[in-house]
Amino acid sequence: MDRHVLSLLVDNSAGVLERTAGLISRRGFNIDSLSVGETGDPRFSRMTIIVTCDARAQDQIVGQLLKQVFVKKLQVLPSDSRVMRELLLVKVSTAPGKRAEILDIANVFRAKAIDVCADSLTLEITGEIDKSEALIRILNEFGILEITRTGSTALCRGSETIYDSKPPEISGDFE
Amino acid sequence: MRVSGAEIIVECILEHGVDTVFGIPGGTVLPLIDALYASGDRITHILTAHEQAAAHAADGYARASCGPGVCVATGGPGATNLCTGITAAYMDSVPIVCITGNVHSTRIGTDCFQEVDILGMTIPVTKHNYQVKSVSMLLGTLREAFRLAVSGRPGPVLVDIAADVMRDTAEYSPPDEDLPLPSETPIRAGKLISRIERASAPLLLAGGGVIRAGAASRLTELAERLDIPVVTTLMGLGAIPSSHPLFIGMVGLHGRKEANLALTRADLLIAVGTRFSDRSLGDNSDLIGRLPLIHIDIDRAEMGKLFPPEHFLISDAKIALDALLRAEPQTHPKWREWLALGREEAAAVAPSYPEQLLTSLGRIAGPEALICTDVGQHQMWAAQQAGIERPGHFITSGGAGAMGFGLGAAIGAQSACPEKTVVLVTGDGSLQMSLGELSTVTRYALPITIAVINNHSLGMIRQLQTLFYGGRCFASSTEGAPDFVRLAASYGIDGGLAASVGEFEILFKEALESRRPALIDCRVPRDAVVRPMMNPGGRGNTSYILD
Repeated sequence: MDRHVLSLLVDNSAGVLERTAGLISRRGFNIDSLSVGETGDPRFSRMTIIVTCDARAQDQIVGQLLKQVFVKKLQVLPSDSRVMRELLLVKVSTAPGKRAEILDIANVFRAKAIDVCADSLTLEITGEIDKSEALIRILNEFGILEITRTGSTALCRGSETIYDSKPPEISGDFE
Repeated sequence: MRVSGAEIIVECILEHGVDTVFGIPGGTVLPLIDALYASGDRITHILTAHEQAAAHAADGYARASCGPGVCVATGGPGATNLCTGITAAYMDSVPIVCITGNVHSTRIGTDCFQEVDILGMTIPVTKHNYQVKSVSMLLGTLREAFRLAVSGRPGPVLVDIAADVMRDTAEYSPPDEDLPLPSETPIRAGKLISRIERASAPLLLAGGGVIRAGAASRLTELAERLDIPVVTTLMGLGAIPSSHPLFIGMVGLHGRKEANLALTRADLLIAVGTRFSDRSLGDNSDLIGRLPLIHIDIDRAEMGKLFPPEHFLISDAKIALDALLRAEPQTHPKWREWLALGREEAAAVAPSYPEQLLTSLGRIAGPEALICTDVGQHQMWAAQQAGIERPGHFITSGGAGAMGFGLGAAIGAQSACPEKTVVLVTGDGSLQMSLGELSTVTRYALPITIAVINNHSLGMIRQLQTLFYGGRCFASSTEGAPDFVRLAASYGIDGGLAASVGEFEILFKEALESRRPALIDCRVPRDAVVRPMMNPGGRGNTSYILD
């Protein structure tokens, strides 16, 4: 079971999110994260979907997605050829005397304080999933009040784009 | 030419060679109904008793005409009633276009009278669906819907149209002169051909995709050229004539034993246009990983979904088979001799009474007849015994297994092929799910012959309860069912009761010759079972619970 990152160019129209998410869950797979937003061309949106599954399941998801009329392009982004980021906002309680310590940790992680009040502060961090998760683990001991994450978004490294990509080959271990 | 949205819909249906639509009017589609009226005899509207039957009829029409089928329903319950029919078409990859009316475009989402999110409800069972809220989008959307329904792996497409869109006007212009079809790029299949040449016991498995692609004659040709025996799935029946010496039989849960055995003895399986349903392979098939597979299908997502292939080819069946036909002729006398032994053994088993009935039905109906079925024991007896000779001549709900499919599908098939003999094989349970459609048969004087295989129970359920639930046949008796002959009479349909094969044959011949709607109530013993039967908990095609 690996974490697979799929990048999609889809029609920017009503129902596309519902159709995409529904298709994957209906086929018995769980979406770890999904992020979506309009591209430079308002007719299209870009979607990043992360699923944890084996190679055959990934083929199945890719195959089912490629059949959808609203999916214009689809790339599978392997870990060595992608850049990936997610945004995390975390609100931590600042017990008396703890604020400085939390800010120190934030510094190490290059996280930014974006809201501060008497007994809590909110940090913003951008990075790969592992980085957000490491920060969450450390902040847990101070008392996390709430968390929100955007889900990861990713692009292929280098000057290749999704626009000139070919549909992924079937990667199953048969043949 | 400036015309109403409703008129655009009519023109667009005609553009796609469809001359009959099925449905029930309702407030939101009345402009369309009125435009259909105005179209005169260019297009026929068949009023069904229930929208489910309208969808099944569009499905039957599509299968029989090898083109798209169309059904029309109003919003709310009209649209939701279509859902089972759409599901049946989806599971069997049948191209239908469903047109539903919705509330006024500015009122969508406000819980109006008869408003329902039919797009949301049908996403899982359509190739795609559209909502049209502006008449300017109507023509383009409808043309795209038809194109999508029939192209690639066919399937249902739903177009939900706001009420005002049908009344608003827009420009209509006929489609451009027939665009040249994109040339079909031939495929190189040298690797596959040499793989097939290496096999000493190759077997062809034909699924419904062969029939949808119009590739049946090529499949037969390939089987003959390479001397490869053929088995089919339920959906693939007719891909090769049942009387063909290379046809072994249908595989699967109730497939012929020798066909299932052939699967387990083959050293190479060439599967064309099939998705390896659990009904053909069982749930835990021990063939997977053991039997080398060449999988040919138009749908990439079927590759490795259930049965990882050694080689695969994502292609229309016709193009793929053309490529394989470049192989040099071969012979496999030993393999065929071995298979012939299995057939002799099977032929020695005396047929049961329902089996005899269905054999007789198939023989008398003849190879040109369209045999429609419902779902249950009668369906399996028909599949095994009716001797389907032509592709597309066996119309059944395979993937969805939707009881109530048959009568609607027969109405659609007869509408598509008015000159052909259409026979519906149904059960007393299935027929009662679609009884209202007897009025449709009468209203349009459709000369369908209905054979009710009547065992006074939900026979397949009874069979399962007998085998797996200690004989506790509960909630599976159809006690209280009407006298079907008298019921048919009240609809103005000729009827007769058959208690023997002889009686059936007389009634059936009379019915076919009369070219009038007819119903034959064929009484069969309650405890008759469908044989053989694979063990559902077993290892697939080798383990049997009933021989």
